[in-house]
Amino acid sequence: MTEAFIYDAIRTPRGRGKAGGALHEVDPISLVAGLLRALQARYDLDTALVDDLVLGCVQPRQEQGGDIARTAVLMAGWESRVPGLQVNRYCASAIESTALAAQKVMSGWESLVVAGGVESMSRVQMGGAPGPADTLPDLSFKLRQLPTGVAADLIASLDGVTRSDVDAFALRSHQRAAAAQKEGRFDRSVVPVTDDNGMIILDHDETVRPDTTLEKLSTLKPAFEQMGKMGFDAVALSRYPEVAAIEHIHTGGNSSGVVDGASLVMVGSREMGERLGLKPRARVVSAASLGDEPTIMLSAPAPVTEMALKRAGMTLSDVDLFEVNEAFSSVVLRFASATGVDMDKINVNGGAIAMGHPLGATGGMLIGTLLDELERADKQTGVVTACAMGGMGSALVIERV
Amino acid sequence: MDSIRYDRGADGIVTLTLDNPGKSANMMNADFRASLESAVDRLEAERDDIAGVIITSAKKTFLAGGDLSAILAVEPGDFAASYERTQHTKSLLRRLELLGRPVAAAINGTALGGGMELCLACHARFCVDAKGVKLGLPETNLGLIPAAGGIVRLVRMIGLEAAVPLIVDGKSISPAQAQELGLLDEILPDVDAAMKAARDWIASEPDVTKPWDRKGYTLPGSNAAYMADPTYLRTAPILLIKKSNGRYPAQEAAMRAAFEGASVDFDAASRIESRHFAGIASGPVAKNMITTLFFHMQEANSGKARPEGVAPRSVSRLGVLGAGMMGGGIAYSAALRGIDCVLKDATDEKAEQGMERLRGMVDRQISRGRMTREKADALLAKIKPTGSAEDLEGCDLIVEAVFEDRALKATVTKEAEPMLAKGGIFASNTSTLPITGLAETSTNPANFIGLHFFSPVDRMPLVEIIKGRDTSDETLAGSLDFVQQIGKTPIVVNDSRGFFTSRVFGTYIREGAQMLEDGIPAAMVENAATDAGFPVGPLTVLDQVSLTLTNSARQQALRDAEAEGVTLAPAAGYGVIAKMVELGREGRAAGGGFYSYSEDGTKALWSDLATHFGTAHSGVDAKEVEDRLLYIQAIEAIRIFEEGVVETVRDANIGSILGIGYPRWTGGVLQFVNMIGTAAFAERANALADAYGERYRPPALLLEKAARNDPFV
Repeated sequence: MTEAFIYDAIRTPRGRGKAGGALHEVDPISLVAGLLRALQARYDLDTALVDDLVLGCVQPRQEQGGDIARTAVLMAGWESRVPGLQVNRYCASAIESTALAAQKVMSGWESLVVAGGVESMSRVQMGGAPGPADTLPDLSFKLRQLPTGVAADLIASLDGVTRSDVDAFALRSHQRAAAAQKEGRFDRSVVPVTDDNGMIILDHDETVRPDTTLEKLSTLKPAFEQMGKMGFDAVALSRYPEVAAIEHIHTGGNSSGVVDGASLVMVGSREMGERLGLKPRARVVSAASLGDEPTIMLSAPAPVTEMALKRAGMTLSDVDLFEVNEAFSSVVLRFASATGVDMDKINVNGGAIAMGHPLGATGGMLIGTLLDELERADKQTGVVTACAMGGMGSALVIERV
Repeated sequence: MDSIRYDRGADGIVTLTLDNPGKSANMMNADFRASLESAVDRLEAERDDIAGVIITSAKKTFLAGGDLSAILAVEPGDFAASYERTQHTKSLLRRLELLGRPVAAAINGTALGGGMELCLACHARFCVDAKGVKLGLPETNLGLIPAAGGIVRLVRMIGLEAAVPLIVDGKSISPAQAQELGLLDEILPDVDAAMKAARDWIASEPDVTKPWDRKGYTLPGSNAAYMADPTYLRTAPILLIKKSNGRYPAQEAAMRAAFEGASVDFDAASRIESRHFAGIASGPVAKNMITTLFFHMQEANSGKARPEGVAPRSVSRLGVLGAGMMGGGIAYSAALRGIDCVLKDATDEKAEQGMERLRGMVDRQISRGRMTREKADALLAKIKPTGSAEDLEGCDLIVEAVFEDRALKATVTKEAEPMLAKGGIFASNTSTLPITGLAETSTNPANFIGLHFFSPVDRMPLVEIIKGRDTSDETLAGSLDFVQQIGKTPIVVNDSRGFFTSRVFGTYIREGAQMLEDGIPAAMVENAATDAGFPVGPLTVLDQVSLTLTNSARQQALRDAEAEGVTLAPAAGYGVIAKMVELGREGRAAGGGFYSYSEDGTKALWSDLATHFGTAHSGVDAKEVEDRLLYIQAIEAIRIFEEGVVETVRDANIGSILGIGYPRWTGGVLQFVNMIGTAAFAERANALADAYGERYRPPALLLEKAARNDPFV
């Protein structure tokens, strides 16, 4: 079977995802188009050789509607023969798009596929349009799903994780992200967002707080208590009667940030790389997606990681570094406790709590961060994983070549 | 230098008086910005002692626009400077808006562009209803977009659907129209009343926050799902494509700034507006349009070409010979400006027929609401139709507009000239015949001149003034005065067959015909022409002019040349024209030419064109066709300039845009060459010459400029 290699992974910086955020003035199509043009320029790429652009996007409506991948291809001025495909595995969308790109290449049908994702959360807001549960009560009756934050609080409550545990983890995320930012560890991946004139709009992740402290974090109000009290705690307890009470410990400070951003991962065959004169940075070893229990929702990263490793004939101990999406602090803590992986191998340069989680784009950003760090630290193997709504999770295993 | 006076009255009301020192009008230039900044600083510092602010002007106009020479000086690619400057100006207006005290504009006169934007930043607007007061954002007419928050605020005040036409089309509006749109609080008879209204308004302790700075603000015309009516949102960009096909980047940028700004917060919208401005201001089209449509037009209309030391005069009685389309149009345009006209034709009946046509014209104006019956009657009463030359007695100026026939022109000249008032001017409206030759029939060639009007005269703003060999400075000055009197724009050229405009235009239509012989599909020729911004395709023009007429003119020229013992150089396009005539396709009036015309008024390209002319180049790129049409005219213009027939770059540019429909985005024939760069233009011209013929070969003057890449100035 053909092998699939990652030739590069780039991303926009992440802008605060609301009015006042630096990227609020940039539409999501332009975020992607800017990256496409940057990728083209970086390798003097003949875009006619690209077989597909596969982009994750979790709110594919309004400006992100239609098929944003195809729209971005055309707006970027890429060859019109390049089609585009938008996929949605919620927060794991760009892990999924990269896995799909690898599968396309490994099938031998295609030889160069650009994956990634995009989400402008400031412009296309979560909950900004009715979803199925808003109009079909039977979904609530049968599926007993929770808002993600209440689910994160449920995991913490089940695991005995406390407010100080999650705040400490949040502090670590900011400290590590700030240090990495300062050392320029993201420089290879981050492509500044510019306006039509080429003037820079944003060139660094906007939400990192190098000066935050445990005290500051501990003063923040629980974000999901109101929803819980309103009724979702009861929904949670109906599935998890063993929990005495849902402790609402997640705040805006220890949950992932709402941000705008986009990512691209260029995946191709060895032959295509040689034709383009490119050196592969990593091989896609395996990938997996998995559904878990939908009420707790955010628990799949550990089992899906083990599933992906098993497919590759590997075990957790074969992996040097893990990027576990910091949707909420408790999700990463659950991953660590469920797998027994040392925290020193997880999110060593911080994560979405500090830098934000642009839903559909995050997976591609994590792949770039992991790849950069494997190269910097001269390590070999890494895993990217994320939980996803609906009780799903995805994981991707890569190794440097 | 301080351009704004700051006076705080005993009532705590600060009056900011815009008063550009030593100038007749206020302008949003560097001085103004500095003055505004110190005024805002002081307002903020003295806020506690201030009850309110009134902004007014000491000039006849309020404030009209920005410093265009500063924009011309912006280097291509220098976005940052434009961006920072506009952001700075915006920040001043924003501080005024957020002052926390009521700020009113007492608009005493025209407020356009930056002036309008300043007014929009105020919390209330009180406008004087004086004749000629215009409000609006005309920036796109000069290839620019409003950038002092005008787009951002107008959209937020009245919604996208109402704001976008004002922003994109750049149409100025009257105070009454502005009030109807909700842009004015009150219209008042004079400045004192406006100031009083502003004071009363301040005394009423009004809300000093803008709607968009209040919680729960929604964009007018929007709903939860859409920023405006969805049909409007979907069609507005499409209609703009249909109208200008991307040739006017400012219009697209203006629409983008309006739409893109509507879905984000005020500050982001302001940045978006500044970014679009920065891109537009450093681009070539803005420079083209500002150079020609502002600076050159201003020079032409202010009499730059007028010989010095000649006393100004005006025409109080005008004679027009020939009551046809042209003659009638000239009389109409003069009567519109209050000039008494004698419309003379061979007989009373013919003159009356011409008069009837004018009655039809005013009726159409009335039915479109552009003229009142009263005004129309007054206009018609100014025109006396006649078949008798004696009625021309006492005219200050007589313009002959009879057929292009030397003998006929000689006859009417001899008949009419004696009727002129002392020192009166005799003018020919010929479009091609050399004036010096026509003047030979005149008893006073010094008072003989060419005044070439364009059809339809009431709508075409240009008059090409042709100096004959003996035309005096007084005659030229008097003619320029007349052109100004009737509100048209002059260019002045020297005598030569076809002068400037007809000669350049001839290359356009001939090149169009030639392309058929080259095997280019007729549809491609016509569409590439209109896509490039020419008002009508060359084949359409030929059909309207008549192929027979064009053909026989060429045959006559060939015979004349033969008689003179010279050989006329072969010229493009005549082969196709002759063949069309041979095939019985003689033009529109003859029932069909390049097009076939149906009874319902529609037309379609004649289906046999490909059979007769082939399709050897059916795969040609539209850009190639467009370049040929743009280049051939520019090259001809350079030749005419080189020969000294047209003496200024200004006249070449204006003549080509106003007279013969050379696209406005180019800034005219020579500005187009400057935009490309003379070196690159010469290189491309050589390539076109190699491919299509020597007519494209760069003239010596172009090569001279190209050697150092000097522009035409």
